[in-house]
Amino acid sequence: MNAGPPLLEARELARHYRFPGGPLKRRDAVRALDGVSFTLREGRTLAVVGESGCGKSTLARQVTMIETPTSGTLLLDGRDVAHADAALRRKLRPQVQMVFQNPYASLNPRRTVGALLEEPLVIQRRGSAAQRREAALAMLARVGLRPEHYARYPHMFSGGQRQRIAVARALMLNPRLVVADEPIAALDVSTQAQVLNLLADLQQQLRVAYLFIAHDLQVVRLIADDVMVMYLGKAVEQGPADAIFGDPRHPYTQALLASTPSLARRRANARAIPRGEAASLTAALAGCAFRSRCPRAIARCAVEAPPVVTIGAVRVACIRASEPA
Amino acid sequence: MSGKCDALVEIRDLRVDFGTPARPLPAVDGIDLSIGAGEIVALVGESGSGKSVTALALMGLVDVPARVAAQRIAFAGRDLLQMRAAERRALAGRGIAMIFQDPHASLDPCYTVGNQLDEALRFHGNAQERASKTVRRERSLALLGEVEIADAAARLRSYPHQLSGGMAQRVMIAIALAGRPRLLIADEPTTALDVTVQAQVLALLMRVRDERAMAILLITHDLAVVAETADRAVVMYAGQVMETGTVPALFDAPRHPYTRALLDASPGHGAARERLRTIPGVVPGAAHRPPGCLLAPRCAFAAERCTAERPAMRRIAGQASVRCHFALTAE
Repeated sequence: MNAGPPLLEARELARHYRFPGGPLKRRDAVRALDGVSFTLREGRTLAVVGESGCGKSTLARQVTMIETPTSGTLLLDGRDVAHADAALRRKLRPQVQMVFQNPYASLNPRRTVGALLEEPLVIQRRGSAAQRREAALAMLARVGLRPEHYARYPHMFSGGQRQRIAVARALMLNPRLVVADEPIAALDVSTQAQVLNLLADLQQQLRVAYLFIAHDLQVVRLIADDVMVMYLGKAVEQGPADAIFGDPRHPYTQALLASTPSLARRRANARAIPRGEAASLTAALAGCAFRSRCPRAIARCAVEAPPVVTIGAVRVACIRASEPA
Repeated sequence: MSGKCDALVEIRDLRVDFGTPARPLPAVDGIDLSIGAGEIVALVGESGSGKSVTALALMGLVDVPARVAAQRIAFAGRDLLQMRAAERRALAGRGIAMIFQDPHASLDPCYTVGNQLDEALRFHGNAQERASKTVRRERSLALLGEVEIADAAARLRSYPHQLSGGMAQRVMIAIALAGRPRLLIADEPTTALDVTVQAQVLALLMRVRDERAMAILLITHDLAVVAETADRAVVMYAGQVMETGTVPALFDAPRHPYTRALLDASPGHGAARERLRTIPGVVPGAAHRPPGCLLAPRCAFAAERCTAERPAMRRIAGQASVRCHFALTAE
């Protein structure tokens, strides 16, 4: 399971956003990412799951080096990304690439597919024009597109094909890690499956690791080796996918699983749906952030921060995690 | 819900054409649809299958340049196509309500929740509600209570931007219920919401249906949502109905290769880390429809006949119909 050294390692990673000054000056910051730790190994997939505002996209912005974390460490191949100087960052950035949710917005409509694919190589000053063209054509074939697509523009493709182009572009620099932020959420069912299978094939061939950000647990189940469930900036449960899906310990993970519509479940089955919605991130809450929605909350949850308990290979942040459900 | 022959909605041979008369682009290409009183019918399909246009045509909201034609569009036993506009609005405007994917885009940001509920009641309320602001306020509070919004009096004063997505969709449902509709059209009502909130809103819709015996036309691309909420499903593809049937039967033994392929392509059907079966190619646009079966170029079972001759809709059993020369048999 734990073959290979860690490719990406986060320890107590945090990113807080301050309100700008002015008449509405407030002291507290938005704790978008609030002390998250995880390890991702080469060629593996870590899925980050959670609802809006849980911090999953903020995490992506730290990992891709678009932003600098407020505190904590983030190691890529053992090298500290968070405190890297400009020269080191420039060296590290090509190793981490990104695929976004909406391929209608992430591809420049005024550039041909060829130009889009070659752009990362141009920026990194790799190869001659002829070599770049050859690399782009090879990548097109790899993602299931044809050579004649090289000269076409993004608007001439369907959503699924565009996402293939976006994946191809992300892979042009041979990254070791691809951060995929809801890469299939905007696609139709039949094309979702095509893109998911493509991502799985590419991982096999290239040994690339995925940090796969998603809200759809059914999708995560298909692609993830490890899962980290986040709620309001914190990891509430993390571990191997089989363990998380087979025996979820945190009430929020249980709620997510119960809420996810399933083809197998018929409506007769009543299910435990959590009440309410996620609270604001600004209020620095004492105790557990999920307690107001939690069916198992007790008085202590309002006072004590939930300790992280290790159960088998899973880490759970819940006071009651070790009690029988 | 089944077994009722008095359909609340009956649509026969609906066509909606965009494009010019010389070069029509059919978004909806001859569909039949019936909805029984109190029934939840799901219109399922991928983008461009014509499901939203079908709903808009029923509401009479398809704009020129598009052309709507049908043998019959009946609501509560009366043919809407034979009516004058004002008459149609009085019947269908009150009797059919609609909610959409993005509640924040449907609510007016400049008016409070109270204003917007009041407006709906002024137009679609009963005689007392139309006459008295006090009665409307009472009813507004009751409606917010019905959609499980806590502290309703305070919420009447809220503006849409002060509401979360789930709360805003609840407000939309309350507004939709103001006219006591007999049919609620819900066009992707939970697609923009988080999963836990989606589950809450779906549970709310089902509860309201049970309490009011109101029918729901649920438009969605999510088969799992259909499996959990609908009584009957209508599977659309490229402007045509491919298969209809009651929900357990349709999911347990799909008869059309497209329904089967959609189910196979859905995550959550198989085991963890299993490879999904895919449907090659994409849905053909309105200008590129094949002459035979619309699915033929993408169908794993297609034979020569499929590319030459478009199959007709056939009834196979009870409420199940399928448009396929070689309908699959239950295994």
